[in-house]
Amino acid sequence: MGLLSKGFSGLRVLKEGLTGNTGWTPHWRDPEPKAEYDILIIGGGGHGLATAHYLASVHGLTNVAVLEKGYIGGGNIGRNTTIVRANYFLPGNSEFYSHSLKLWEGLEQDLNYNVMHSQRGIFNLFHSDGQRDAFARRGNAMINQGDDAILLDRDGVRKHLPYLDYDNVRFPVYGALYHPRGGTARHDAVAWGYARGADSRGVDILQNCEVTGIDIEGGVVKGVQTTRGAIRAKKVGIVVAGRSGQVAAMAGMRLPIESHVLQAFVTEGLKPVIDNVVTFGMGHFYISQSDKGGLVFGGDLDSYATYAARGNLPTVEHVMEAGMTLMPMIGKAKILRSWGGIMDMTPDGSPIIDKTGIDGLYIDCGWCYGGFKAVPASGHCFAHLIATDRPHEAATGLRMDRFRTGYGIMDEEGTGSQHNLH
Amino acid sequence: MIRINCPVCGSRDENEFTYGGDANVVRPAMDEAETGPWLDYVFMRDNPRGPHREYWHHVMGCRQWLMLERDTLTHEIGDCILARGVA
Repeated sequence: MGLLSKGFSGLRVLKEGLTGNTGWTPHWRDPEPKAEYDILIIGGGGHGLATAHYLASVHGLTNVAVLEKGYIGGGNIGRNTTIVRANYFLPGNSEFYSHSLKLWEGLEQDLNYNVMHSQRGIFNLFHSDGQRDAFARRGNAMINQGDDAILLDRDGVRKHLPYLDYDNVRFPVYGALYHPRGGTARHDAVAWGYARGADSRGVDILQNCEVTGIDIEGGVVKGVQTTRGAIRAKKVGIVVAGRSGQVAAMAGMRLPIESHVLQAFVTEGLKPVIDNVVTFGMGHFYISQSDKGGLVFGGDLDSYATYAARGNLPTVEHVMEAGMTLMPMIGKAKILRSWGGIMDMTPDGSPIIDKTGIDGLYIDCGWCYGGFKAVPASGHCFAHLIATDRPHEAATGLRMDRFRTGYGIMDEEGTGSQHNLH
Repeated sequence: MIRINCPVCGSRDENEFTYGGDANVVRPAMDEAETGPWLDYVFMRDNPRGPHREYWHHVMGCRQWLMLERDTLTHEIGDCILARGVA
């Protein structure tokens, strides 16, 4: 009976379709804040909602609230380029993103929610002998991690992507590292699915509830102040992406993070033309096509510290130029909209899931421009850390003190572990 | 487009410049042996949402390092001076 009354299924869709769609109910409640919870999660984005879901579903901790200053799914989880992949190179990142991809592959069953996870494959193009060698090495690292990678030559790529400009004089296509299990997912549905998963187990999702202070006594966290009143808690997790610096400052902490803006773009809806995810190896451009038909693409950061959720024109111009260089066929497509999201950039470009110097206060941040694919594992590992006070085995490399010791820094791009280089 | 008022070249577009990061951090003495001050200098940042004192390099212009005030929320630019006088 549960199948027809509560969960989603083909039968349920049929039943509702035949009975006037009168039986659908809100996917989560809108409760009043309680005076006290065991655990508070600051930030109702993808990572925060996933954390709450796994606290409840894996660890049985349901006296939990998620505090969101706006509405859930209104931040970076609602505006990103939706790419899911596990093609990292360095130990620390490699096992973490591998763990995340495995969670993605079971996510719709776990959540009973269609997140439209589509393993359509990712092609990272290379354009020189040196880049081929680097990608072969990365592919071997991915295979050693247990994930999939196939090195394709030019003809191999052409079978999949006939529309590229293969003979571009400056940046000829030499081949691609193909990651078949990579792909995309419906970003909003990920937030909604996790929210529903957490809420159905008793987690309170408190929207329009901005944290304005963190109460700490004798080095122990006691709760938070919010725009909806004070809330006491035994444990508090901060998972607020681009606003990590501000929230950490409420606890007297500084972070190895500078916030930057990343822009992305979407065109009008077109008939299916780009079946996979494609990245250009010689300019900042990557693209996929959404199920609605829009070409979704992006490039690099604007590369200065900012909280303005909008970018500037030099980056727009670069992204368009790179796109036209790689696939001139998209030149007639009209851009429907663009946006800028605030990225919590770490010096080495890799994330942090760790305790803080304050008892009961935990932080999950530094996702840079790659947070979407990490949502399941970030939530899973952050929940594990909060519940057990020990890092999850897939997240042992994501420690804050790597910056103090210099040991275990994960500069995936090899550009140097300093701010503004990623 | 951010326009930066270079004291040498005048008001120029942002794409002539490279952002050089937070200008409030101070390099420890070279014989500093503790990791803490180096951690603060190299990695830790206030990351403010509002006025920010920062370095820019006019790499496609006079090649001078500049120090300027910029609001990270509005991108409004305040005073801009040569960094060599202060850093």
